[in-house]
Formats: sequence, C-alpha cells, structure tokens
Amino acid sequence: MDAIPGPLPPDGAPIAHYISPKPFDPKAIEKLSPIQERVYLASQLRLMWWKFKKHRAAVYSGFFLLILYTSILISEFLAPYNLSHRHVDNIYMPPQGIHLFHDGKFVGPFVYGTRYHLDMDTLRREYPVDRSVVHKLRFFCEGDPYRFWGLFEARFHLFCGPKGNDAVFLLGTDRLGRDMLSRIIYGTRISLTIGLIGITVSFLLGISIGGLAGYYGGWIDIVVQRIIEVLQSLPSIPLWLALAAIMPVDWSPIIVYFGITIILGLIDWTGLARAVRSKLLSLREEDYVMAAELMGASPRRIIFRHLIPGFLSHLIASATITIPSMILGETALSFLGLGLRPPVTSWGVLLNEAQNINVVALYPWLILPVVPVILVILAFNFLGDGLRDAADPYHTAW
Amino acid sequence: MIRYIAFRLLAAVPTLILISALVFFIIQLPPGNYFDTYVAELQAQGETVDPNKIEYLKHEYGFDKPVVEQYAIWVWDMLHGDFGYSFEYEMPVTQVVGSRLYMTILVSMVTIIFTWLIAFPIGIYSATHQYSWSDYGLTFLGLLGLAIPNFLLALILMYLANIWFGTSIGHLMDAKYLGQPMSWDKFKSIAEHLVIPVVVIGTSGTAGMIRRLRANLLDELQKQYVVTARAKGVPPLRALLKYPLRMSLNFFIADIGGILPSVISGAEVVAIVLSLETTGPLLIRALQSQDMYLAGSFLMFLATLTIIGVLISDIALALLDPRIRLQVRQTR
Repeated sequence: MDAIPGPLPPDGAPIAHYISPKPFDPKAIEKLSPIQERVYLASQLRLMWWKFKKHRAAVYSGFFLLILYTSILISEFLAPYNLSHRHVDNIYMPPQGIHLFHDGKFVGPFVYGTRYHLDMDTLRREYPVDRSVVHKLRFFCEGDPYRFWGLFEARFHLFCGPKGNDAVFLLGTDRLGRDMLSRIIYGTRISLTIGLIGITVSFLLGISIGGLAGYYGGWIDIVVQRIIEVLQSLPSIPLWLALAAIMPVDWSPIIVYFGITIILGLIDWTGLARAVRSKLLSLREEDYVMAAELMGASPRRIIFRHLIPGFLSHLIASATITIPSMILGETALSFLGLGLRPPVTSWGVLLNEAQNINVVALYPWLILPVVPVILVILAFNFLGDGLRDAADPYHTAW
Repeated sequence: MIRYIAFRLLAAVPTLILISALVFFIIQLPPGNYFDTYVAELQAQGETVDPNKIEYLKHEYGFDKPVVEQYAIWVWDMLHGDFGYSFEYEMPVTQVVGSRLYMTILVSMVTIIFTWLIAFPIGIYSATHQYSWSDYGLTFLGLLGLAIPNFLLALILMYLANIWFGTSIGHLMDAKYLGQPMSWDKFKSIAEHLVIPVVVIGTSGTAGMIRRLRANLLDELQKQYVVTARAKGVPPLRALLKYPLRMSLNFFIADIGGILPSVISGAEVVAIVLSLETTGPLLIRALQSQDMYLAGSFLMFLATLTIIGVLISDIALALLDPRIRLQVRQTR
C-alpha cells in the first residue's frame, strides 16, 4: 500500500481513489428526509395536535365532552319525558333496572312493572317489583309533545315505555313524580353552557384588561393591579352571594340564568388578567416586537397580531381548567338557593332537592345528578391538562 | 429589608381603602335594608311592629343619612376598634364573631394539617414516580376529591357516619355539651365530629396541592444540579430532600396569603350543610338578611387578613430564597 499519496496523475487519467459521479450538492447534509420534513416544517397547530393526541385521557375526555355538548342540541329528543311532566302515580319511585331476558327467553330491553303500595307505619311510598308484568322499551317512538328548538312541534323520543303507560323511570322520580333521567338530560343544557358563557365573559375581560395593563404599563398597570388585588382579597362565595342578591326577584328565570353566568365570569377574570399581564410584560421586550414597532405597527396590531398569538394556546388551556370551577360554583350557588331558580333546571338545581339528610337516607337516587357533575369536571381537568402540555413548546412529548 | 416592608405597608393603605369602599358598596347593593326585611317578615307572620321604634332604630344607626356619610362613619368607627352592631343577634359584631372564632380556627387548623399530611407524601411520590401506575392512580384520586361537590360529600359522609359509628348528625359536638365547660367527654365528642368536616374540606384542597407540588418538584428534578448531585453519588433521598424539595416549596409559602383568611372564614357551604358553629354560615346568613355591619365588618376583616397574609408570604419568600431577595434589592 502506498502510504504517502503521490502527485496527481497526468491530465485525463483517472484519480486513484473513488469519486462519486453524482453532481455535487452543497446542501446535502442539511437536506431533510420526508419524515423529518414533516416534523420540522409542521405548523404550530399541527405540532400541538400531535402532542395532544399523545395524551390519551385528554383525547377521550375531549370526545366525551363533545358528545355531551352535542347532546344539548337534542335534549328534547334524548329525554324520555318532558322536563316538568309529573307522573302523580309514581312519586319517589326508585330507579328500575333494564333487563334483557324474561323467563329464560330473550325479549329485548324491558323493565318489570311495579305496584304502588303505601307503608302505613312509615307512610313511605313503596314500589315492589312485579315480576309478571313486562314493559318493553320502545325506540324512536312518540311521547310527550315538545317544540323542537322552539320551531316546530314534535313528539319524537329516543325511547319510551309501552303505549299509554308511563311505567319506565330508569333513574327514578322525584318528589313531584318527575323523571330524573329526563331532568338530568335537560340539566346538561344549562350546566354545560353556564361554564362556557362564564368563561367567555371572563376571557374577554381578562384578555382586554390584562392586555392593556401589560402593554401600556405605567399608571394603567398600577390601577389594574390594585383592582385585581382588591377583588382577589375578598372571598368568592360572599361575593357571589352579594351579587346574586342584587338581581331583582321579579326577573324571569332565563335572565337570572344569564345574570348568574355573568357574575361567575365577572369574578373569575382576575386570574386570567394576571396571567396575560405577566406574559405580555415579558413578551413585549422581545426583539420581534421592537422590529414591529420600528416598522410602524400600531399598538393594536402588535397586541393582536404578534403578542396574543404567542400565548393564546396557553390561555385557552388554562381557561379550560377553570370551567369546572364555574360549574361547581353554580352548583354551590344553586344549592344555597341563590343560583338558578326552577323552571330553569341545572344539575345544581337538581342537587338542591337533595340537600336534606333524609333524602340521602330514603331516596338516594335523587343525588344521581352528581354523577354527571363529577364526570364533566374530571373530563375538563384531563382535557385542560392535555391542552396545556400540548401548548407548551418546551415540553416535548416524544 | 425594612424599607421594603415599610413600602409594602404603605402600598396596602390605598388597597384597603378601595376594599372598604367595595365592601360597603356590595352590602348596600341589594334593595332595602335590614329593618325593611325585618318589618316585612314580621308582617308576613301577622305581627305588628311599632313604626316609631323602627324609625328610632333607623335614626340611631344612621340609615337616614346619605350613603357617603354612612360609609365615613363606618370606616371611622372601625379605625377606632368599633366594628358596629349586629341587628340580628343584638350584640356587638366583635362578640358575635368572637364567640365562634375559636371553633373555626380549630376546624381550619386541623384541616390544613390534614391536607399537608396527605398532600406532601403523595405529591413527592407522584413526582419521583412520574407516569407510573401509582402516579396516575393517586393523581386521579386527588382529582376525584376536587370533582365531587363538597356539600354532597358532606351529606353522604354525615349519613354514613351516623349509620356506622352513631355520630350525631351535624354540629361540632353532641347537643348536650353545648355551652358546657371543656371536659374529657366534650373533647372526645368534638374530636369525633371534627372528622367529617376535616375530610370534606380537606379533599378539595389536597388535589390542588398534590398537583402543584408534583409539577414544581418535577421542574426542579430536571435541573442540572440534581443530575450533578446524583452523578457524584449523593444518596437519592438526600438528593431529593436537600435542595429540590426545598425549592419546590416556594409556592407553598406563597400560599400563606390565601390560607390566613380561609382559616377564619372556614368553608362556608360545607359548614352550612353540617351546621357547624363556625363563622362561615354566620357571614352567609348576615349577607342574606342584610345584617350590614356584621357582614361588612367581617368581610373587611377577611380582606385585611388576605393582605397581611400576602405580605407575610412575600417577606418569608424573600427571607428564604436568596434569588428573590436579590431581585428586591435590585429593583429598589
């Protein structure tokens, strides 16, 4: 082997070592494979979506919430009875089990009949199950009439009991003989929207006030800081109470509903405003803001075009986590009798009926509305966690 | 440091003035006043009231004066240690609140200790065993505590305690010990009744604390000094406790500001459900019946405590964390 490379060969003769005949590409090393390109050139949103997908619990929770929010569009159809339909023969009826087989034969979903019986010693209504009567469930059937979206009359329901016989109460009935399942389904509509409207109010307030304070600084910042400090130093339940007490008694329940959501939002915005302010304070020192300013961008354009997109995803994630506190706040207010009033029905209003220890002892199915409350709050928490991790560019999930 | 504290104390003055105005505004907001409600209630029951007496009382408490003047009198009296008079209890506010204060502080202190005892080990465990099944399980359990409405949990636990252990329903002690001097039996009865409120109020706070401790500790554990410590062979427990845990507790000290007022007011809704003799239900009742001096002075008291709490936690943070202390010095 020739240890020392010799002089170049004569012109035209091949060089001794191997040379690739391919044309020379100076960017060969920096070139990305298609897979790398997909990751490196992905938009911010796409990256977030990938990270979010990794978070299983968050995806399932999001799916669950999506189903629930879709269900509020068709509550009338899903609920077997109307909200205020009173079945006077079935007061305080316990939940019925759904069976599939009767006498060893498959009948399809059905419930057994019950006989009403008043215990003369305790004056308690009892509904012993009568195993000989079979009430088959009907699906896509005609039941209580309702105005669908207030537009047209309809009688269509997902399922109902046998014709001419109100005998199916899957989750029991309350003290007026109203079907709990129907009431919970209708309550979803109010309870879920209360969180959304409340968070919208608080979001708008938080972003605009916090944005002003953070961008302009100076005396605006000082005033806003003081206001936030004052609001945060008062305990929230008395604040809710006092504000709820202002609402005139003669307001219609629907207006009270909007009043309550706005109150919840009005008290909640301080935390968001603080987050926006501190983020803006740090972001406005960035070079790209200086560049935009030098190019003559207006403050509004800088705030909305350059600064807010920088932390909006983070904000949305933290807002998702505060929705549960609004739903819980509404239940607490309604529980104290200061929130929504019937006929507006939310889960909190339903739980208001269960505030007596006798209810827990005698009619435990009246506390069933707590199940959707727990599920929704858990779902929002998981979803919020997933969103927050996804929105955090420094947190890599893969 | 002293200059910093003095500056903060001065800055608290305008805040307190704003708060007092807001509090007064809030308690004035609902239409009518205590006497109107009182008269209406009596008339609804078919009783009559001497209008002269009501007029006299209204005059005595300055209800006929303009609102601004009422506010000025209220603030002026508070500065002199007079917190007003509760119409409903017909006692000075200080006495009404004072009679319930000890029990409230007792419940809150036990609850806080309970929360810490549960949240600390779980938070540390979750952070050091991140993404393990036990981490998921414990976090889920904590979340569940957050998701169940407190008042309902209180109801259910109260019912179960009555069935299983025969604990009497509600209150902080058996009825026969009310107003009795402290004895061993009374102490036992109080301890027995404390369990439910402590567990119920504690569960919601625990979840939040576990989450934050876990997040903070995880951030700390990723830092390079921890890696260095491990690499040079510091025992794992020491490498966890010596610095990372201490650093992750900053949020905990920052929380003192929030803890102080809640110690005094207790958890209002739970206390109502369990009919505890604490100050929370008192405040709610006062707001509802427009017992304005009781509600106003008590809210003011709570707000002042928050501000003092925030100040204490800021000073404690500065004392404990040299980085914050240096920042303070630089900004001055």
